[in-house]
Amino acid sequence: MREVVLRAKGFAPRDIPFAGAATLVGVLLGWQTLASLGWISTKFLPAPLSIIQALLTLGRSGELWLHLAASLPRLAWGWAAGTVAGLVVGLLLGLFTLARAPGMAIVSALFPIPKIALVPLFIIWFGIGEGSKVITLAFGVFFPTVINTLAGVDGVPRGLIRMGQSFSLSRAAILAKIVLPGALPAILAGFRITTSTAIILLVAAEMIGAEKGIGAFVLSAGNLYDTDNLMAGIVVLSLIGLTVSWVLGRLEAWLLAWR
Amino acid sequence: MTASRVGLRVRAVSHAFADLHVLDDVSFDVPAGEVTVLVGPSGCGKSTLLGIAGGLLRPDSGRVEIEGQAAADCLNPLTYVFQDFALLPWRSVAGNISLVLEGKGIAKATRAARIAEVLETTNLSAFSHAWPKQLSGGMRQRVGIARALAVRPAVLLMDEPLSALDAQTRDLLLDEFAGLIAARGMTVVYVTHNLAEAVRLGHNVVVLSRRPGRVRDIVRIDAPLDARKLDDPALLATEARLWSLIRADAAEADREVLHA
Ligand SMILES: Nc1ncnc2c1ncn2[C@@H]1O[C@H](COP(=O)(O)OP(=O)(O)OP(=O)(O)O)[C@@H](O)[C@H]1O
Ligand SMILES: [Mg+2]
Repeated sequence: MREVVLRAKGFAPRDIPFAGAATLVGVLLGWQTLASLGWISTKFLPAPLSIIQALLTLGRSGELWLHLAASLPRLAWGWAAGTVAGLVVGLLLGLFTLARAPGMAIVSALFPIPKIALVPLFIIWFGIGEGSKVITLAFGVFFPTVINTLAGVDGVPRGLIRMGQSFSLSRAAILAKIVLPGALPAILAGFRITTSTAIILLVAAEMIGAEKGIGAFVLSAGNLYDTDNLMAGIVVLSLIGLTVSWVLGRLEAWLLAWR
Repeated sequence: MTASRVGLRVRAVSHAFADLHVLDDVSFDVPAGEVTVLVGPSGCGKSTLLGIAGGLLRPDSGRVEIEGQAAADCLNPLTYVFQDFALLPWRSVAGNISLVLEGKGIAKATRAARIAEVLETTNLSAFSHAWPKQLSGGMRQRVGIARALAVRPAVLLMDEPLSALDAQTRDLLLDEFAGLIAARGMTVVYVTHNLAEAVRLGHNVVVLSRRPGRVRDIVRIDAPLDARKLDDPALLATEARLWSLIRADAAEADREVLHA
């Protein structure tokens, strides 16, 4: 007699607690050590401690806040404008036969344009000031928002809408209480894409035509071979991204608690 | 307040989806205060017919008449209970019931009282704050029933309300349905492919042929609902008779599905 051999092994990776954080700390320590030993040329890749030093200096001198005060409003307004417009258009395409095919044609035609390429055009149209930058962000955020909203509306189970109709709910009630909440998960998932798109476009727009802003700061540091400040700018951009992503995570946890 | 006494008359209803002829000249009555069961092989048009009966779908020809008077407190005369429950996952049990009472001009306190009442009736009081996903299938369908009762329906239209549930839960709910329906003398149209359910609940069992659905026969069962048992020999005999009416059609419908 032989024992039955277990064959269902593997294909079930698990998370080891703290392994992720430990890895990051390890990489930073290794990087710092290699830089301190002179094995990495700090002219090309500054050591973590130098980057922190540069950040502190920028913070104390007030330069950091000056650039943030230019960048954050552009990010906020550009993203918000693109999101509101995208939600409205996405809902129209999702709800109305007459809007759907024509709207989708326009969206599909314009969606593939690399938005960065439009910055010079927007500068001609709207001037070198804030307008062209906000519009660039809004334009880039608009299309993915339309597509995610439309997918969200299309994904609301027909049966739930029919249920609402069968209980004689008004159109407005069906929209507000069934369609919108049903589309919300897809819309919020879209926010993750559009916020990172917005940050990329912010940097691009500021590199093309701005004196203030984190993007402009990173570019000018690069021109001066000031890699400490260049990396400090990149860290600030990453922190903005991390913060936005954390806020979205909280928002999802709160709004989608039912999942 | 007097209870609703409403019946339906389905007259010469025919319907097709594109060139798929689904219902052919279907006529039958849904008497007030009785349960009318629609049985027939799968795909014969039962759900389509129920949709037409409740005004969710316009038939190509024929019509459905409503007769009698709904009670003054009836908010939605023709009310459905769905096979897949159709609960909003983002609303709690109480919230799902509240949904169908909101915007209907009833005071908040009245609404809360009604929600509490129907939760009590369906033994759901302890679950009023639960999310649908936290509930078993049987409990979810009880929410579906509570939601329907909350609008004080004149006619309850139920499309295979038990077919998503396991056999034991099904028997439990079947008894609960029978008790509720009998106690209130409700008018019900009940679609099922399960003949045991048909004989347990039906006063009239409308047997439909395979697609295009036609009325093959209408079988009358007089015993009062609250006195029926699933193993009653008379009911088992009726069930056997229903099966003999459907069997050939069911076999053919089955083969048709394979060809499609
Ligand atoms: N909206 C629709 N468009 C096209 N065809 C449909 C539509 N709804 C139903 N049908 C088809 O019509 C036929 C009857 O459908 P219906 O759902 O009414 O049958 P049923 O008797 O309820 O079947 P089941 O036992 O599977 O619930 C089926 O062949 C189905 O595929
Ligand atoms: Mg059906």
